[in-house]
Amino acid sequence: MSLPPLDDLIACPHCDTLHIELDLPHGGQACCVRCGAVLMTERPRALAQMVSFAVAAVILMIAAISFPFLDIDAQGFHNETSVLSAVMAFNQGRGIPLAIAVALFIIVLPLTRLLALIYAIGPLVVGHRPRRGARVAFALTEQLRPWAMAEIFMVGVSVALVKITGIATVTIGPAFWAFITLVIITIFNDRIMSRYTVWKALDLAYRA
Amino acid sequence: MESTRSGLPGLTSARQAGLIACRRCGQVHAAGAVRCKRCHGPIRSRDTESLQKVWAWLIAGIIAFIPANIYPMLLTATLLSRSEQTIIGGVVELFHYGNYGIATIVFVASIVIPVGKFIAIGYLAITVQRGRTRHVHQHHKLYDVVEFIGRWSMIDVFVVAILSALVQLNTVATINPGIAALSFALSVVFTMLSALAFDPRLIWDNEGPADA
Ligand SMILES: [Zn+2]
Ligand SMILES: [Zn+2]
Repeated sequence: MSLPPLDDLIACPHCDTLHIELDLPHGGQACCVRCGAVLMTERPRALAQMVSFAVAAVILMIAAISFPFLDIDAQGFHNETSVLSAVMAFNQGRGIPLAIAVALFIIVLPLTRLLALIYAIGPLVVGHRPRRGARVAFALTEQLRPWAMAEIFMVGVSVALVKITGIATVTIGPAFWAFITLVIITIFNDRIMSRYTVWKALDLAYRA
Repeated sequence: MESTRSGLPGLTSARQAGLIACRRCGQVHAAGAVRCKRCHGPIRSRDTESLQKVWAWLIAGIIAFIPANIYPMLLTATLLSRSEQTIIGGVVELFHYGNYGIATIVFVASIVIPVGKFIAIGYLAITVQRGRTRHVHQHHKLYDVVEFIGRWSMIDVFVVAILSALVQLNTVATINPGIAALSFALSVVFTMLSALAFDPRLIWDNEGPADA
């Protein structure tokens, strides 16, 4: 059996089965015949959508870091918390490694992912040639996906709010809503992200 | 939504065809390639040290999980009392005050998912070493679930982070993180690394003869 040219082939990342790449209809999806993993999705404006959501998410992230997140009142004592101070709560002695980890999971890695995505495909969307290292930047976006945990943090915040209701009154600040919106946008953006569409777009742009 | 499927006759894997595929971007390369020409990542036909890494991270994750459950997660000091709360203690307290939903979330995230993950990864690693099996589809499903769900264990660490930032009310009440917070975070990270080190193509290499 003779194989078609290697660039026309696509291998399933889960089971290694070879497929021939076809042009998909708009909104179409190609799945692995053996294990069912999604190989490609065809969405006409996916790139533009991904970049605009990423830009919105960066702005929201900055708002979420700088505005007050939660206020607490109990028996005349008051304390205002921002996302940054939640990170810094661990900053004494033994807590430092934990502070670094929390900062990475909820601020640094989500932000790095967003900026890498904008860097990788932003120029394509406005019709420019991709920048140097665009492929490495997009590979980074993909690899950081499991380590960016903003949505898990928000579930943690809800649990904390329930645990605290007995001892104090908590007021929700503007950063809280910014963070919620950020989480929704990130989840949505990860759902529409079709990595083969991006790889193909980068291939074409580099060839042009 | 329309779905287009196309496979090579007889379901050839890249390895059987003498080629090497990149797991990150799907690009197929001729034998001997070591770096992907598309995404520039390292490529290998099969990650031969995959299982060693899986076991090493898994054992580290299980070891870190032990102090995470013995030592306190939260140190609470109020005017009248000081208390220490372990992971299970926190769940029991939530349950005691009638917050069944939240108690269940914390219990599932902190105990059920980590323990389930230890068992699932160990099981997958053992079955891959054993050779041929007819259950590749179920094993692949299990791998998918493990990879997706593992990071959600981190919930309790974030609960501790928020509580210790928020509850710093001078003499009225203060909450600080205990040693368990760090060991639990490490356990989750190690187990995630273990799942990420697993090369799922090893599962499919063991697919038994069709309809055996
Ligand atoms: Zn597959
Ligand atoms: Zn690649």
